[in-house]
Amino acid sequence: MTQVSLTGTTGARRQTILWIGLSAALLITVVLALGMGRYPIPWHRVLAILFGNVMPLDTSWDLVEEQVVEALRLPRVLVAMTCGAALAAAGVALQGTFRNPLVGPQIIGVSSGAGFGGALALLVSESQFILMLLAFAFGLIAMAIVLWLSRVGGRSPVLMLVLAGVVTSAMFAALTSLIQYVADPEDKLPAIVFWLMGSFSTAGYDELAWLLPPVVATCGLLFLLRWRINVLSLGDEEAESLGVSVNTMRLVIVFCVAAIAAAVVAVAGVVGWVGLVVPHLARMIVGPDHRILLPVAMVVGGGYLVIIDTIARTATTAEIPLGVLTALIGAPVFGYLLKSTQARGWSRD
Amino acid sequence: MIDVRGLGHGYGHGPWLLRAIDFSASRGEAVAILGPNGRGKTTLLKAIMGFLRPREGRARVDGPLGYVPQISQAAFPFKVFDMVMMGRARHVHTLGAPKAKDAVICRAALEKLKIAEFADRPFDSLSGGERQLVLVARALASECEGLVLDEPTSALDFRNQSQILSVMRQLGADDGLTVLFTTHFPQHALHVADKVLLLYGGNDYLYGPSQEVLSEANLSRLYDMPVRRLDYEHAGTRHGTVVPVYAA
Repeated sequence: MTQVSLTGTTGARRQTILWIGLSAALLITVVLALGMGRYPIPWHRVLAILFGNVMPLDTSWDLVEEQVVEALRLPRVLVAMTCGAALAAAGVALQGTFRNPLVGPQIIGVSSGAGFGGALALLVSESQFILMLLAFAFGLIAMAIVLWLSRVGGRSPVLMLVLAGVVTSAMFAALTSLIQYVADPEDKLPAIVFWLMGSFSTAGYDELAWLLPPVVATCGLLFLLRWRINVLSLGDEEAESLGVSVNTMRLVIVFCVAAIAAAVVAVAGVVGWVGLVVPHLARMIVGPDHRILLPVAMVVGGGYLVIIDTIARTATTAEIPLGVLTALIGAPVFGYLLKSTQARGWSRD
Repeated sequence: MIDVRGLGHGYGHGPWLLRAIDFSASRGEAVAILGPNGRGKTTLLKAIMGFLRPREGRARVDGPLGYVPQISQAAFPFKVFDMVMMGRARHVHTLGAPKAKDAVICRAALEKLKIAEFADRPFDSLSGGERQLVLVARALASECEGLVLDEPTSALDFRNQSQILSVMRQLGADDGLTVLFTTHFPQHALHVADKVLLLYGGNDYLYGPSQEVLSEANLSRLYDMPVRRLDYEHAGTRHGTVVPVYAA
């Protein structure tokens, strides 16, 4: 990519080292995650199972191990990684666009909209497809309501967007509570509650196939827009004076974020905090320039969610809900970041 | 370059802040807007920049304008060079990032303002005067034909004021940029501007050559207090200045 820098080659070399390091860390995370679980498999055998077809590696694994890695754990790890990367990209884009390092995809109300859609689907149907469809549809509906509410005289000021997000979230949270209230407590209610807490336990190749197209399309667009996000983060008037059509750009970005959040919710339930914490971690590593921040955050986010999901399925005999873990880990980490970056981070002014 | 005709504005259903304002600034001309707080200086700039649609009248602008806000509210600690690079937004494809030729233009803008050594420093580690210069460099990097500055000297000490004023003079006189700025210092207008616009409120305004319009009578009426114009000599050159007569 065009990384224009006055420092020239030193900057480029640092980035190369960074990318090698990040890729290696992600690969190691994935391989270790694939080996861990109730049926432990050593890492070298995981590597052999994954790459045995293309490389002359030791082929002394049994069929059960192959099944566990390729049919059960691999799709789950890939789904977790995709969701993490997508949520991180969404978080970076939102924080840049809203010029506020404290916002996440929940802020525009789309998570709670999608959460309601999913709960509704679980109430009225058994079909996984309907669940995804309704989660996605209500995520977009929530976004549409937020954008409509926040529009004042042809513009959507940031404060109005955030407040409209709060209003819309509250409304969909109430509707979700209503669904829980009317749901059959023997059968439907536990399913809804567990789903709302988030989990990758149902993730397979079908979910991955469903998840990838919207995520690739939206993350690809955000990736291309990443330098514009720098300009947007200067504020409406400055960005406009530099020739950026602020409102159109913000609508496009908000739409991408909504699509990402809805797609993730549809596959894994409500997974909070990732889009808030990961951009901060990435910003600590590479600074605020979205040209490099966005891709780095995606890699960090992918690894982060793989780690969290591995903890969720291996820490105890029963699975810990993902939403519980992301909040339990995310909130203290975020609190620490908030304190420790006060001195040199975004809050200097 | 900038042509304002019959411009009027007020916020919401409120009274007219400005009304029937006519003025124009041609290429290479520097125009200062003066007036007490709340008489619509910034509103007028915003209408010219297109940030707000005036209630009546219009502001026509030929060619791109660079904007230097009073305070840049960058939410993230970008490096100075990256800040200046954002001036290239108009020339970079929506789905792209700046290229080497953009970096060359930014480097030239930094050098022109003699702040190339700041390139790798975080923008928010600079002093107020240095930040103003960086924002001017960003405007230059955008290859604008006019420069609009909102109170460029209000937060600066004498030396930094002098520095930014000479940059403004140079860009107007030598580079043929139209320079439009608001200020609370009539002496800065006298020093830099060819023409001044005094906003008395509503449709009451004066527009004309600085030397004529910045008279003691006009300024005393503008600020509702005695204001004196003084001439003095320094190192063989005549200078003019404006001083307020503070109440005892």
